[in-house]
Amino acid sequence: MTLMEEVQQRALQLGVPWAVHLDVTYRCNEGCVHCYLDHDDRGEMTTSEIKGVLDQLAQAGTFFLTFSGGEVFMRQDFLELVAYARLQMFNVKVKTNGVMIRQTQAARLRQLGVEQIQISVYSHRPEIHDAITKLPGSLKKTIDAIRFLKSQGLKVVVANVLMTLNSTDQSGVHALARELGVSYTLDPTITPKIDGDTSILDLRIATSDLNAVLHNQDLVGNVDEYCAAPSPVDEDDMDGYSCSAGHTSVYISPYGDVFPCVQFPLPSGNVRRQKFLDIWNHSPALHEVRSIHARDLPVCSTCSHMASCTRCPGLAYMEGNMRGPSAADCEKSFERTGIPSANMLRKAHLRTLTPLIQIQPLGL
Amino acid sequence: MSEKYLARSSAIASRLLGGEMMVMSALDSTFFTLNEVATVIWQAADGHTPMSAIVSRICTEFEIDPGVAEVDAEHFAEELSRHGILLVSDSPQEISSSPTEAA
Repeated sequence: MTLMEEVQQRALQLGVPWAVHLDVTYRCNEGCVHCYLDHDDRGEMTTSEIKGVLDQLAQAGTFFLTFSGGEVFMRQDFLELVAYARLQMFNVKVKTNGVMIRQTQAARLRQLGVEQIQISVYSHRPEIHDAITKLPGSLKKTIDAIRFLKSQGLKVVVANVLMTLNSTDQSGVHALARELGVSYTLDPTITPKIDGDTSILDLRIATSDLNAVLHNQDLVGNVDEYCAAPSPVDEDDMDGYSCSAGHTSVYISPYGDVFPCVQFPLPSGNVRRQKFLDIWNHSPALHEVRSIHARDLPVCSTCSHMASCTRCPGLAYMEGNMRGPSAADCEKSFERTGIPSANMLRKAHLRTLTPLIQIQPLGL
Repeated sequence: MSEKYLARSSAIASRLLGGEMMVMSALDSTFFTLNEVATVIWQAADGHTPMSAIVSRICTEFEIDPGVAEVDAEHFAEELSRHGILLVSDSPQEISSSPTEAA
């Protein structure tokens, strides 16, 4: 166990919300085709409300704070919020598209001791990136921002979401990140909209592309090890949780809504009406999330992939049951190892049992 | 021996977890966990409290032999200053109330 894992374990034992993702706005200057948010401003928290939330998070013991959106720089007070967060000694990460970052903003972020800036890049080709963001010239501005941030000595991570529109550009974005001297991370999963709308799931990459990504040495390291058949499930695995959402991490929306995670929109409270710690300690929704161990998952507990699966309880929740499987993660486990998940086998079995046509005799 | 003064860098994140201080440098992402004694030294590292006063405090709070406490405190200060998260000087320092300059 690494030192960070040990600390995470201690936070879990002590019931501390160690990592918080705070979206300060849903407004955005880009209009990404795959975005899961509604960009209208429906009454964002004010500067003083957010500072009040930060005070409460510091008191609750939060260490990692991620500011995200929407586009964080759409808020005029964003750097003021970062400065306040750093006064409270949070480890601050910022997720942005970088379009509004110039030398001045980059210098201020450095001055404030921000730990990391994550910037979305969809393609190394402007025509593809800009078609996804629906903002002409956005790739150039984003790359300029990365250079400004890098010149200040800040740690930058290029985040590459893969979808049908850019499925052939992964290696190009990776090469661009290398050329810029920054880290690279890939996300091959398009998630449903936060309101449950699944229309954007059509943008998910083909299984053959997912298979290629999961067998790419540049991305996963040792392919044989990464794609090996799952090891047997033991009692510790059965007692475990698949994710930190609601256990040591939590999400707060620009309107003060608290969810276990941005991808797990289970209403758990609102910091405009309740104290954060009251929500964290007493929300029935969070208590329910915490009560679910791997052994309590009716399908996944029977799955050979259980110990190594990246099952997202939020995606499962959006598929209709937080104790159910997440089809996207079943697919990843299958494409990675070639071994179908329990959920896939169950569905195949159901298909063979269910007749295509059911005829009810007259008179019965 | 001349007096020393300790000051926390502004380029760090820190939080108490179960009575022990967790510290992470924004410069190189090094993560430290400080035990209870080190946590008291860390919290007292305000730039103007002399090291001797900090040592006296930990001797009282933890019933540690003064000689041992002094050596431990100096070792601690050296170790953390090597990573740039604690600044050691021979004169009192103005510790910044805000992280305005990542040292």
